[in-house]
Amino acid sequence: MKLCHLKRWFLFALTAVVLCHYLLPQFAIAAGNDKPVESLRGPAPLSEEKKAPALKKFPKERELLDLNYVGQPPLIPHSIRGYKITANDNRCLHCHSWDNAISSGATRIGISHFRDRDGRVLADVSPSRYFCTQCHVPQINAKPLVPNTFEPVESLKTP
Amino acid sequence: MNNSRRTFLKSSAAAAAASAAGLSVTPSTQVLAKTGKQNIDWDKAPCRFCGTGCSVLVGVRDGRVVATQADPDSPVNRGLNCIKGYFLSKIMYGSDRLTTPLLRMKNGKYDKNGQFTPVSWDTAFEIMARKFKKTLKEKGPTAVGMFGSGQWTVWEGYAASKFMKAGLRSNNIDPNARHCMASAVGGFMRTFGIDEPMGCYDDFENADHFVLWGSNMAECHPVLWSRIAARVLAFDHVRVSVLSTYKHRSCDLAHLPIIFEPQTDLAIGNFICHHIISTNRVNKEFIAKHTRFRMGATDIGYGLPDTSPLQMKAAHPNDGSSKEIKFEDFATFVSDYTLEKVSKLSGVSKKSLLELAELYADPDTKVMSLWTMGVNQHTRGVWMNNILYNMHLLTGKISQPGNSPFSLTGQPSACGTAREVGTFSHRLPADMVVTNPKHRAKAEKIWKLPSGTIPAKPGYHAVLQDRMLKKGKINAYWVMCNNNVQTAPNLNEETLPGYKNPDNFIVVSDPYPTVSTSVADLILPTAMWVEKEGAYGNAERRTQFWYQQVDAPAEARSDLWQLMEFSKYFKVEEVWPEELIKKKPEVRGKTLFDVLYRNGNVNRFPLDQTNPDKNNFESKQFGFYVQKGLFEEYATFGRGKAHDLAPFDVYHTVRGLRWPVVNGRETLRRFHEDSDPYVRDGSEFEFYGKADGKAWLFALPYEPPPEVPDDEFDLWLCTGRVLEHWHSGSMTQRVPELYKAFPDAVIFMHPDDARERGLRRGEEAMVISPRGEIRTRVETRGRNTMHRGFTFIPFFDATELVNKLILDATDPLSKQTDYKKCPVRIEKVA
Repeated sequence: MKLCHLKRWFLFALTAVVLCHYLLPQFAIAAGNDKPVESLRGPAPLSEEKKAPALKKFPKERELLDLNYVGQPPLIPHSIRGYKITANDNRCLHCHSWDNAISSGATRIGISHFRDRDGRVLADVSPSRYFCTQCHVPQINAKPLVPNTFEPVESLKTP
Repeated sequence: MNNSRRTFLKSSAAAAAASAAGLSVTPSTQVLAKTGKQNIDWDKAPCRFCGTGCSVLVGVRDGRVVATQADPDSPVNRGLNCIKGYFLSKIMYGSDRLTTPLLRMKNGKYDKNGQFTPVSWDTAFEIMARKFKKTLKEKGPTAVGMFGSGQWTVWEGYAASKFMKAGLRSNNIDPNARHCMASAVGGFMRTFGIDEPMGCYDDFENADHFVLWGSNMAECHPVLWSRIAARVLAFDHVRVSVLSTYKHRSCDLAHLPIIFEPQTDLAIGNFICHHIISTNRVNKEFIAKHTRFRMGATDIGYGLPDTSPLQMKAAHPNDGSSKEIKFEDFATFVSDYTLEKVSKLSGVSKKSLLELAELYADPDTKVMSLWTMGVNQHTRGVWMNNILYNMHLLTGKISQPGNSPFSLTGQPSACGTAREVGTFSHRLPADMVVTNPKHRAKAEKIWKLPSGTIPAKPGYHAVLQDRMLKKGKINAYWVMCNNNVQTAPNLNEETLPGYKNPDNFIVVSDPYPTVSTSVADLILPTAMWVEKEGAYGNAERRTQFWYQQVDAPAEARSDLWQLMEFSKYFKVEEVWPEELIKKKPEVRGKTLFDVLYRNGNVNRFPLDQTNPDKNNFESKQFGFYVQKGLFEEYATFGRGKAHDLAPFDVYHTVRGLRWPVVNGRETLRRFHEDSDPYVRDGSEFEFYGKADGKAWLFALPYEPPPEVPDDEFDLWLCTGRVLEHWHSGSMTQRVPELYKAFPDAVIFMHPDDARERGLRRGEEAMVISPRGEIRTRVETRGRNTMHRGFTFIPFFDATELVNKLILDATDPLSKQTDYKKCPVRIEKVA
């Protein structure tokens, strides 16, 4: 019963959406903006050289950034200027390794990082997870170039 | 050893055995994760970005992707992704997705100077067909063209190739992979007579020495880099050498970072060969049994127009011929590349050169060489590929675990689609070429077409297509699945004039507005990635499938649907000459759709064979299992010809298989008896791509690049990629997290070079080449460390069209552009 009801509602919604799609674009574009066909370059003609945007700064420290889904590598909430990750030294682990995290107050590296390629649990961080910046990146303070309509599941949404 | 570890080892051994046998390990496809009160449907798909071919699990709820995670069951990436892979979930949701066809119109009619106006698909195809037919009628098949992609799915590339080469009878179809690995193909065909790496990713866990030639794997193939890191950091004896023209992230792990003068990699390779020979470390038995030696034609020009002064200076322009020589002749040839001489030419210390050469020469060191754009985007790219194989062949370090010359690819299906399907202007499926009458006959037979359908002359390659658009020799042109206006070399002088030529009708299919759509006459909104059922082939010959997992927005349609639906707008009589139709009169009155896709092969599998739990838009539209029909017809080209693919349905149940797949088993390493079923028993090695079963070593010299810095343009500019962005940034720049990690392109330069030009970090610079200029910001620190005289700009930023600066010089053999060495001048913007 319930399913049937849902189905009917879905069909109605679908019809509405389809109708909108047929009717709306004409208005959107006839309204005089050709925005929908503007590339990330913006309105500048390809032959024109616009002023290059100023270098954007990575904030020195910021609050933790939300996760979009379980399993997403956390974003780095601080600047990593000058951080070196070489075969001999990994600056990130100075604070984020399990033995250093408590004293430094930093987030501990994920438990997944102790597993090697074959799933074996290791005594220390897996060499295949050694280059932190392959997955973890800091964020500048800026508006996205275009909005992204991705939506996380409810439990991960920030109120 | 404790119990749990033993149990684990047992189960992982079973899984490894199952996967070696080509069987599926427990698919995570059936895993249902509980989040809150509702379930997420998880299903596998290969990543949309690079040629590594990582598998991801895509989480869908209520028709939308709500999560992605690295696939723990994939042998490629075992639960790891790079930052791009982790954010795949957002690539389809940029708010400016194209959702309706848009035609330039004025006063209700098509006008090249008109405004983009929404039209129906039928109107779009009507005008498009009219333009293509008019061109065909007036100028013939050489005046229509298509520029496709290594991002096409296998069946999209196949359907496109068929549509152009057989339907419209034009070989003017080329993929953007031409810009990416045409030189690699040239190298394989010249040395081995068969395309694609003999080794596989399993070599990462077996090599002792990794050598990167013109490749920044740390940023461009991060998951493979993590496999190297795992090996290097776990074993004391393992070494990494990185050869590059500037210092980048991969150097952070290198024991031997080698920065060389652009183009001198040719000389370094020859020195290594000389060192192997002069220290008596040639694998004589291998050389005698399995190789032959050739002297290549030299002074071959730079792939520029015949009228260009540089091209006219060449003694043997575009000459790929070679003559048989003896080993001794080869030894004499490379003996010219002494340590002394090469050190001076390359700027690399003698100590480093010797250390590198020793690692190649030492018979007990297993060497994996890896290369990408530094070698391929090179006016001697094919030569450099040949020289890399020379080193491995002299020592017999090939086709065995850990001994592996490995050409990496940039695009997700550069191998699977562009190369294997043969969407190049000269190729047909399974390494066949249009110039060979037997190959054409085979294709025509499989396609059930009259003989003489496929034209014998190669079509225009990527750079030539732009030149021909400019000249008005191509008038109807379809760009699919790429953003060539942001990537084609010499944008101002070669590409843009062609798009703007009033005689030309340019169609661009894309999910998003790009700089290419901005100069199109008709834009077609395109479904992407998991909005369609697809297949990609990665760099280790692994073919991977995925199902359609969500529906495309509004009127967006996949490239496959676009190609097949458009073919319905052509009657055979409108495109084929009467004499061809006479050979097969039953095609009279039919559409190209009937002839190409309703041919008894492609429409062989009924709709009920599609997965009932998944939508399949194209199959429902056309009334049969389109993807399966196309794939199975395509697979007949390669089965029994060392390109065997497994049956279609198998790929939906496994994390990909590496071809040739013979008797249900994938092939890890080709050309070696232990693993390749095509090698005859007792022969140990057999390079069966060549008629005599032997690999060819080529004696090839160092020749200078077309342009070098001078008083006016005094700095080298190299272009390339950064970790956070891929392709032209049309997807990654729309993911907020990736944009915020690397927002705008900058020019990396040495602080002293900046200071001499009155510039400091963050100030605005004008970068000028003889062909154009761009404005950008100076970066003197960060991930790349530049030496004096050398600069780098990444390619992803639509606001800084770095392709304006690049010369349209190509490798004369592969026709691939050199994007890596361009002399520029830098001025402060006042």
